[in-house]
Amino acid sequence: MATIAKPLARPRAEEHEDPRQYLMHDPLPRGQMNAMVMEAMHETNPIFWGITGVLAAIVLFALGYEWYILIMQGQGTAGVLRPDYWGVFLVNTVFWIGISHAGTFISAILRVLKIESRRPFTRAAELMTTFGLVQAGLSIFMHLGRVWLVYWMFPIPNERRIWPDFHSPLMWDLMAITTYLLCSTMYLFLPLIPDLAMARDRTKGGWLKTFYKTLALGFRGTEGEWKNLTTAMNIFAFAIIPVMFSVHTIVSWDFAMASRPGWSSTVFGPYFVIGALHSGMAAVAVVLFLLRSSMKHYKYFIRAEHFNTMGTLMLLVSMAWAYFYFNDYLVPWYGGDVWDKLVQEYTEKGPLAYLWYTMLIVNIAVPWATLWNKKWRQTPWLLAIVGLLINVGMYLERYIIIPVGVTINRMPFTWRQYEPRIEVPMTIGTFALFLLLYMLASRLIPLIPVWEVQEGQEAHMIRKIGKAEISTLSDLE
Amino acid sequence: MATELGMPGVPNQLEEESVGRWGMVIDQDLCTGCQACVAACSMENNVPIVGEEDAGYGRYMHWIRIERLWDSKDYPEVKMTPFQPMLCQQCHNAPCEPVCPVYASVHSMSEDLNLQVYNRCVGTRYCGNNCPYQVRSFNWRDYNDERIHPELVTLHNQMNPDVTVRRRGVMEKCTFCIQRIHKAEDKAKSEGRDVQDGEFTTACAQACPTNAIRFGRLDDPESQINQIAATNPSRAYHALEEVRTLPRITYLKGGV
Repeated sequence: MATIAKPLARPRAEEHEDPRQYLMHDPLPRGQMNAMVMEAMHETNPIFWGITGVLAAIVLFALGYEWYILIMQGQGTAGVLRPDYWGVFLVNTVFWIGISHAGTFISAILRVLKIESRRPFTRAAELMTTFGLVQAGLSIFMHLGRVWLVYWMFPIPNERRIWPDFHSPLMWDLMAITTYLLCSTMYLFLPLIPDLAMARDRTKGGWLKTFYKTLALGFRGTEGEWKNLTTAMNIFAFAIIPVMFSVHTIVSWDFAMASRPGWSSTVFGPYFVIGALHSGMAAVAVVLFLLRSSMKHYKYFIRAEHFNTMGTLMLLVSMAWAYFYFNDYLVPWYGGDVWDKLVQEYTEKGPLAYLWYTMLIVNIAVPWATLWNKKWRQTPWLLAIVGLLINVGMYLERYIIIPVGVTINRMPFTWRQYEPRIEVPMTIGTFALFLLLYMLASRLIPLIPVWEVQEGQEAHMIRKIGKAEISTLSDLE
Repeated sequence: MATELGMPGVPNQLEEESVGRWGMVIDQDLCTGCQACVAACSMENNVPIVGEEDAGYGRYMHWIRIERLWDSKDYPEVKMTPFQPMLCQQCHNAPCEPVCPVYASVHSMSEDLNLQVYNRCVGTRYCGNNCPYQVRSFNWRDYNDERIHPELVTLHNQMNPDVTVRRRGVMEKCTFCIQRIHKAEDKAKSEGRDVQDGEFTTACAQACPTNAIRFGRLDDPESQINQIAATNPSRAYHALEEVRTLPRITYLKGGV
């Protein structure tokens, strides 16, 4: 491997900063780092199990009992009614698919662009993708009137030769989400293999040893294995990016293809993709904060610089979102179609107008007012609060598009206000299930891609050229 | 006048030129808003009675409703729009059809009607969302289950045996009383002739005391509905014509 040193940045003399504040310039011996990750993974305390128990109880109640009620008594237990045929369940679907976008974006795009500060948190983001998609899929099932017949939407050969209708945007949606779930799970698994092998070698026995041994696929770390793994990861990193863009575009087509005022908008595709990134990035910031403050040793891995990266991304995406929202707003307003105008008037002046104003404040004003400052960007708790607020705002945005927007249709006689009923506990249930899955996964698989961090630390070094100390990165390929 | 497109798989007729088979003319000047059509339709088609609470929330399931709106905002100048019975327009170019993922909402080529296949429906409710007329009704609960409405069990005796009773989670809508259409067609076929205009009518048209709703053949230029529409060209219009759904119901404007 030829190593070519190239200067990355030339620090000015007056702001000479300690390079060891950066993870890449603060290396630890491999064995010690592995031990730290293993310890963080396998050490539990009563608080952890207490929270897990509470979450499991919520999941059992909301997704077990309440869902049973919903299935046995019908959608009448939910709040949906004539003009608002679609309610909070589909808001949840769009929201969770949005959350799942950041995982791929951070992991694949930052990997392809070789952004070095991605290294310690790619896996935390990828896990969000997989677990978020699980919630999205469950929310679709909750929405169906006869969920026990859901297999009729799958192209299964049958003796009656009835095939699903591929004209329907819902079928595109089903295909896209299934593809994305499969791709993202594989993409989560590939970089996990070396870490699973590491965990296998450091586990004494028992079922965990079998678990790691099975999943590590006999990885030993030979040159050939690394070569194959890197090639596979490279292919997946490039291939999953168009899949990611297509998924949320197709989700937006569920609305954009319908001939409803407020929905049939040509800008919905990119607008939804950016919206997904907006909520996803913010969710990654929240998760990073939670991991850093709850997991042992993670203060070493997740540092101010990573919150700085996330903060910058959040600010950029917030600006892009504002741009697309302005587009989506201005064109119908200028067009002056009477129905579009009524929808806009209802969202701005109707009884739920406060949702619209809250959305604008937390999605645009809050990130713009806070994230421009590097010091604030590097404050984990501040970033977590901003991230939570952005997620509230993005949830409201979907709520405004679906149940608030469809209240206004071309038949004024049917206009009625929707109010969620059984959707409330079931929405809480999906959030609890997401957290529960994440907490359980944090005890089973290393949430830090240790080998990636080590690879990065080997590639970085400080060189003295003349009097200047320069951070250099050797090209590993 | 059919346009020859000469392309395989494309019918030799522009969609606008297809006349359809069954249609209605609804005269808003004659409608008194008495709701007899609503009651007749519910009895003919086993439309569930949803109960006070759900109806108050807005979940009434009538396949036909009488719409009337305020025309002016200021109090003393209150003006009401004429009554407008709203039911499935049996669009030729129906927005509800392509969005169904399981072919539960399909078009009948022989009758030119929108059909809803109840036992195929999985309840995505996309069709209801995409219907510009908002005339599809969803079975929010098992309204015919005696555990939900024990007081209505006796009403089960008046159900029409020719029509299915739908269960929860299924979309339904006006069928132009397809059971009557089929009965008339079977009778005509056994006698070796075509169905005559006026031989039968739908429940709503039958119940209408002022004959505001009239049902008949669209493809017969001599039929009553075609004659009425032709003699009132200034009053005839289609609901939400701009959406280009090519509806099969012609309204005659009221209060002109």
